[in-house]
Amino acid sequence: MIFNLIYRSLRQHALSTLVTAGSIALAAGLLLTVWVVKTQSQVVFAATNSGFDAVLGARGSKLQLVLNAIFHLEASPGNIESKDFEMIRRHPAVKAAIPIALGDNFQGWRIVGTVEQLFADIEPVTGRHYAFASDGRNFKLGAMEAVVGAYAAKQLGWKVGTTFKPYHGLAFDPKAQHDEVYSVVGVLEPTGTPVDRVIWIPLEGVQTMKGHNPLAATELSAVLLQLRAPTAGLMLNNQLNASGGRLTFAYPIGAIVADLFNKISWVDKVLTLVAWLVVAVASASVLVSIYNSMSARARDIAILRALGARRRTIFGAVVGEAAAIGLLGSVAGFAVFAALAIGVAGIIQAQTGVVLEPLKWNPVFWWGPAVFVGLCVLGGMVPALKAYRVPVAETIAPVS
Amino acid sequence: MLLLAAHDLLKAFALPGGGTHRVVDVAEFSLVAGAQLALRGESGSGKTTFLHLIAGILAADGGSITLDGREVATLGEAARDRLRAETIGYIFQTFNLLQGHTVLENVEFGMAFGRGVDRAHAEALLRRVGLGDKLGHFPRQLSTGQQQRVAVARALANRPKLVLADEPTGNLDARNAREALALIREVCRENGAALLLVSHDEGVLGQFEQVQDFAVLNCAVP
Repeated sequence: MIFNLIYRSLRQHALSTLVTAGSIALAAGLLLTVWVVKTQSQVVFAATNSGFDAVLGARGSKLQLVLNAIFHLEASPGNIESKDFEMIRRHPAVKAAIPIALGDNFQGWRIVGTVEQLFADIEPVTGRHYAFASDGRNFKLGAMEAVVGAYAAKQLGWKVGTTFKPYHGLAFDPKAQHDEVYSVVGVLEPTGTPVDRVIWIPLEGVQTMKGHNPLAATELSAVLLQLRAPTAGLMLNNQLNASGGRLTFAYPIGAIVADLFNKISWVDKVLTLVAWLVVAVASASVLVSIYNSMSARARDIAILRALGARRRTIFGAVVGEAAAIGLLGSVAGFAVFAALAIGVAGIIQAQTGVVLEPLKWNPVFWWGPAVFVGLCVLGGMVPALKAYRVPVAETIAPVS
Repeated sequence: MLLLAAHDLLKAFALPGGGTHRVVDVAEFSLVAGAQLALRGESGSGKTTFLHLIAGILAADGGSITLDGREVATLGEAARDRLRAETIGYIFQTFNLLQGHTVLENVEFGMAFGRGVDRAHAEALLRRVGLGDKLGHFPRQLSTGQQQRVAVARALANRPKLVLADEPTGNLDARNAREALALIREVCRENGAALLLVSHDEGVLGQFEQVQDFAVLNCAVP
C-alpha cells in the first residue's frame, strides 16, 4: 500500500517531483564527476610513464623534468650533454635509453626529436608496442620525416604524406617558422598516453634546425630510461642526484606524479566540498518541497487516516516519497555525470594526452546514489513527522 | 445480534484557559447488526465526536465500546486503525474525497488499508451508485450529488459491518439529499451493513423507522 501511496503522491505532485529530482540529478552528476575524475586521474596520471621507469635531465625539479619529458608539458629545466647520454646509455643498470630534444612546435603542438628505437622497441603501455595506422611507418634517422601521435594527427587533420614546416620555440609564434619541410610518414595508433599529442621527428632534426644554437647541436633535453631492476633506480638516484649537481635523475615517475597530486590535493578537497554542499542543498530542497506541501496535504492525510491508514503508513509514505525523489534524481544524475565526465575527460585528453575512462566502474557508482537517497530520506523525515502528527478528527470534519 | 454497544462512554476536551469540557457522556447505546438508526442532534451536541469515538478516530476518556465483539476503547491506536479499516465505513458531510485522485482510486483507498484493493468490487460499487462511466474522473469534475455517491461507494468498499454517516446530506440540495439518503440506505441493506446516521435535518430523520435523540443519550452538557 505504501508503494501505491508513494506512486500516487509523486504523480499528483509531478511538477515539484520533477524539479526536485532535477536538482538532485545536477548535484549527483556534479559530485560523481568530481569524484570519478579525481580518483581516476590520480591513478591514471601516476601510472602514465609511456613505458619508462625514470628520466635523466638537467639539474632542476624532478617534477618539472617528468612533466616535460613524459607529459610534454612545461618547459625543459635545461639541456644535458651528449656525454651524459653516453654515460647513462652504457650503464649496466640501464636496459634502454631514449634521448629526446625539444624546442619547436607546429601551431602549438609540441615537436620532439628522438630516435627510431622509441617506436621500435618500447612498449608505451605494458604488453603493447607502438603501432602505425595503415600505410604508415617509422621515421628514418637523418631524413626529414615525422611520426605523429594519434590525437595530434586527428586534430591537425594530418595523414601520411602531409608536409609541414616547424615553428621555433615551445609556444606558437606565427613569425617564427623554420624553413625545413618535414613529411609525415606514420601516424601512431592511439596509446592513451601523452605520446598521442606529440609530433615526433628524428633527433638531429631538432638539434640542427636552422636558427637553433649551433653550440647546442649535440645537447639533449632529457633521456627516457628503462631500468633492469627497481633497485637500479634507487642506486642511480643516490649516485646521480647526490653527486655533481649537474644532473637530475627522476625516479620513480609514478611517485613524482603522485607527489604533484598531493601538492594540489587542496583543489580536490575544495571541489569535493563544494560538490557535497550542492548535494546537501539539493537534499534540503526535498525537505522544503515536501514540507511546504504538507499543509495542503494535511486534509488528504487525515482522510487516509480516517479510512484506516496507520500513522506509520503515512510516515513511511512520505519518507518513501523523499527516497523515490532521491532515487529518480540519482538515476538522472548518471546522465548528467556521463555528459559532464565525458566533457572533462575530453579536455584532459586535449591538454595532456592522458585518456580517462570515466564510465569505467567506480565504487562511487553504488555508494554515491546510496548516500543521495539516504540524505533525501533524512530530509523526508521532517515532513514525515509532520504528517505523522496530523490530528485526524480536527482536520477531517467540523465537529457537530 | 448485537453489533455495537457503548457503556459509560466519556470524552472531554481540554479548554484553552484550563479545565476540561465534557462533550460525550453516554451511559448506554447499542445497535444490532444490519439495523439502520438515525440520531437526532443539533450542531455542537457532540454527535460527530460520538461517531469518532465509535470509529476509533478518537480515544475515549472512559467507558467501553464493543464493536463486532471487540473492545474498541482499550485498543491501541494502530489496532483501532486496523479495526476501522476492516469493519467501518464512514460517510462525511463534506464528502472528504481525495481531490488529486480519480473516482475509482478514491473507492480503492476505501479498501486499501483493510483487506486490500479489489478493483472489480470497486468498479461494481461505482456502477451500483450510477457512476460506472465516471471511473477516471476526478472529484472536481463531478457534481456535489455525484461526489456524495463516490463517498457512499467508498464507505462500502471494505465490506464494512457498520457504516457511520455524519450529516451525509448536509451539503446537498433537497432532491439530491433525498436520492443520496435512499441510496445510502439501499446500499447498506444490500451489503448487510448496519447504518448509524447523525443529522439535525428532520426531513432526513423522518425517513428512518428508528430515530433516537442524541440529547437524551448524551448526558454531557453541550
